Amino acid sequence: MSHYEAPIREPLVLGDKSYHDITEDIARPIEGKANKNWYMAFYISLAAMLWGFGCIFYTVGTGIGVWGLSKNIGWAWDITNFVWWVGIGHAGTLISAVLLLFRQKWRMAINRSAEAMTIFAVFQAGLFPIIHMGRPWNGYWVLPIPNQFGSLWVNFNSPLLWDVFAISTYLSVSLVFWWTGLLPDFATIRDRAVKPFQKKIYALVSFGWSGRAKDWQRFEEVSLVLAGLATPLVLSVHTIVSFDFATSINPGWHSTIFPPYFVAGAIFSGFAMVQTLLGIMRKVTNMEAYITRMHIEYMNIVIILTGGIVAVAYATEFFIAWYTGSPYEYYTYLSIGAETGPYGWAFWSLLICNIFTPQLLWIKKIRRSFIWSFIISIVINIGMWFERFDIIAIVLSKGHLPSTWWRFEPTFVDVGIFIGTIGFFFVLFLLYARTFPVIPIAEMKTILKSSGEGYKKRREQGIPTKPTVVLAEKKIIEVDSTDKKDKK
Amino acid sequence: MYQFSSKLKIASLILIVVGALGIGYGFLSAPSSLEEAKEMMAHQASHGDSHDTANHDNKDNHEQKHANKEVHGHDANSTDKHAEHVYHQLKNRPWSAFYVALFFFLGISLLVLAFYAAQRVAQSGWSVVLFRVMEAITANLVPTSIIMVLVILSASVFHWNHMFSWMAEGTFDPTSDNYDAIVDGKSWWINIPGWTIRGIVYLLLWNAYRWFIRKNSIAEDTANDGYKTYKKNYNASVIFLVVFMLTETMMSWDWIMGLDPHWFSTLFGWYVLASLLVSALTVIAFVTIYLRSKGALPGVNDSHIHDLAKFMFGFSVFWTYLWFAQFMLIWYANIPEETTYFAARFNEYKLPFLSMLVMNFVFPILLLINSDFKSIPWFVIIGGLVILGGHYIDIYVMVMPGTVGGQGAFGLPELGGLLFFLGIFIYTVFSAFEKASPVPKGNPFLEESEHFHYYNIEHRGEGSEDHH
Repeated sequence: MSHYEAPIREPLVLGDKSYHDITEDIARPIEGKANKNWYMAFYISLAAMLWGFGCIFYTVGTGIGVWGLSKNIGWAWDITNFVWWVGIGHAGTLISAVLLLFRQKWRMAINRSAEAMTIFAVFQAGLFPIIHMGRPWNGYWVLPIPNQFGSLWVNFNSPLLWDVFAISTYLSVSLVFWWTGLLPDFATIRDRAVKPFQKKIYALVSFGWSGRAKDWQRFEEVSLVLAGLATPLVLSVHTIVSFDFATSINPGWHSTIFPPYFVAGAIFSGFAMVQTLLGIMRKVTNMEAYITRMHIEYMNIVIILTGGIVAVAYATEFFIAWYTGSPYEYYTYLSIGAETGPYGWAFWSLLICNIFTPQLLWIKKIRRSFIWSFIISIVINIGMWFERFDIIAIVLSKGHLPSTWWRFEPTFVDVGIFIGTIGFFFVLFLLYARTFPVIPIAEMKTILKSSGEGYKKRREQGIPTKPTVVLAEKKIIEVDSTDKKDKK
Repeated sequence: MYQFSSKLKIASLILIVVGALGIGYGFLSAPSSLEEAKEMMAHQASHGDSHDTANHDNKDNHEQKHANKEVHGHDANSTDKHAEHVYHQLKNRPWSAFYVALFFFLGISLLVLAFYAAQRVAQSGWSVVLFRVMEAITANLVPTSIIMVLVILSASVFHWNHMFSWMAEGTFDPTSDNYDAIVDGKSWWINIPGWTIRGIVYLLLWNAYRWFIRKNSIAEDTANDGYKTYKKNYNASVIFLVVFMLTETMMSWDWIMGLDPHWFSTLFGWYVLASLLVSALTVIAFVTIYLRSKGALPGVNDSHIHDLAKFMFGFSVFWTYLWFAQFMLIWYANIPEETTYFAARFNEYKLPFLSMLVMNFVFPILLLINSDFKSIPWFVIIGGLVILGGHYIDIYVMVMPGTVGGQGAFGLPELGGLLFFLGIFIYTVFSAFEKASPVPKGNPFLEESEHFHYYNIEHRGEGSEDHH
């Protein structure tokens, strides 16, 4: 887009990489064999997943009563995990869509994995609305399909129904957006494949992409339109999830700030998860040249920003709970009553993990440190789980009537299903990392000449990088519109 | 260099004078005693049929309000009480008319400042050529802040008006007729000294950053110190954004939500922010288009206009999102203490309330979704005028029901307020723009900004200096 880049911008591709190097580096994990560590991680995840599936079958076979829910606390770990997973999924769309609209070049190294994370996280989230039903086999009744009951339809007034539409649309659009971006990269893998079976598979999934100028033009337009659609989608999906609570009349749930505050929290937790995953991935797949310290720092800055927004929302919730003058607001998840009540530990875990710890990222040394970023990102993931747990369980534990006050204790099945979804997530992510180009090859090539370290250095020293056009005022401007055709 | 033409200067002075006359008329035509108010009411009642129905609606609403008061331990639904109520509302009208325009212009200047700080913090490459335009607009923060301080003092210290109903005598006194237990329960936050001091502190903080960044932005031009000044400005902007986020939220509670002291909404601060942000972006686009047409902005091309229009479009949708979130959640749960807010607006301000949605959402989304349209100045101007009108109405609808109730209208006092502040805006902004070089030479991203070209935008009518 722009043909000039300010010299003070740091390089986004380290080393003196060429187009061929990019292809080689990104294709290597797909073309090579998995090592022992990968298998170990895979089997552990698989075991967790199978254990989780066992717990799910046990729940469905025996009844929801095997969970720790009661007649007063009808939602706890199930919906907590649901919102947590949906929230994690949001960073993927944010990185691929919102950062595209804001023309952030650094997103290119991380968007593929972030979108994969979105899709796998939405899979996990999608399990909970079904398995927390008392009669999941009647789950299809949530769909407005003509039927033999005199065409008995759903009531469109329930945010739980909006959830069905929101999550399914979100998954479909994210999947299409992700797959469209994958076409040129799958084509690259196809063209390099030596084994006939591999060639056949990648030929199938790349839909005959041949990279003509017209295709690229359409490809960019589609990406932009999808980014423009995915941005309101990502905001509306978590908004609708927040409506599950905010449309109610429970003190602590009924709060108008929930829609934007949930979205900010989703980006906050989603970026933390991307940070966790990429922190490991850049090491084990040798992508250090592409996922650089700069990327980690930028992600940390987004975390500070969204964490700050969440902090302002917490403060607002706390303030308005008091400002309402309603005595019922005294026991909401962010109130003096919660701070000192039986769930005080959950209240303080929330503040320590989400508000206090991320403030360390204001320090540049910590923000640019891989290990610190990794640790803080895990703390945030825990904190954001507590946020949802606090909102749901603390509020339900002390409702309007004191005779309904109750304390929630999870059972092993609650915990087992959650562990199962974490296992399932990693099974999918590990398989993805071995079979998909984890960094968009084609997109990286579009920024190599403007933001590659080698090119930047040469420009600084005044060595022309071919091909160049010398203009009347002796300014050197690169021609990079033909770049995409160069790749093999 | 740009020269603030004497024609424009005179025009702005005329606007100030005409506006002041309109404001003065508003104060003179407000009733000065209860008797006068009763006369005015009688006069109103004798008007034609259409007015009759309007008055009928009003009365219904007043009765409702009085019924509410009864619950709080107040007496009487007598006509005297009603007349006194209307008297206060009529007396508030010139104040509210002035306050709406003041808040609108103050908020726009503040949000331009915040957007500018965000551009610095984001190290954005496209907007550097617009920095001086944004800085010039923030110059309007100074006079509007001074007037705001006067308004704050006249409301709280001198008690010249009843805009903030909780400032009435006896609100916090249990022995008084006027005692309001709900407000008294919030006296930790809602109290006159706290409110006054907070308001002045917000204004001081914002103006301090604006003063600092303007001075150091000009210093950046000639600094040549290895981007030391640039980095200092970056850090100051980061700190300002944190301060802004906190003060903006509290400001909206104090200055707008406090007009309806029984009502509350957690989203409110961000809703006000969105409304002012769209208006601020529109004003940046307007001033940019005007100055470019005068040849005062050499680096600005159609792509910059396109980006500004994209922001106008995007944040119009964002405003609608927040409006809907707040409205729908209150409508859905229908908890009486929250619903009164929208009931008052929907009953007495139906036309502005609904037309604002069309102007702030439907119109911009239809007009500005086309990529080609976004770089055509007159299209952006038309879209922007509707957006600005819509957001003025938005603030009007936020303020009026709480201060003048059924006595709201758009007449000379309101128009006078708008013209008065428009005149001040033109005068301060263009004289500030004149004082510095229109190109921020020292900014490391200047060249990126001058070369900025959004990929599918044709730059019309530009010379050979533009390469792509």
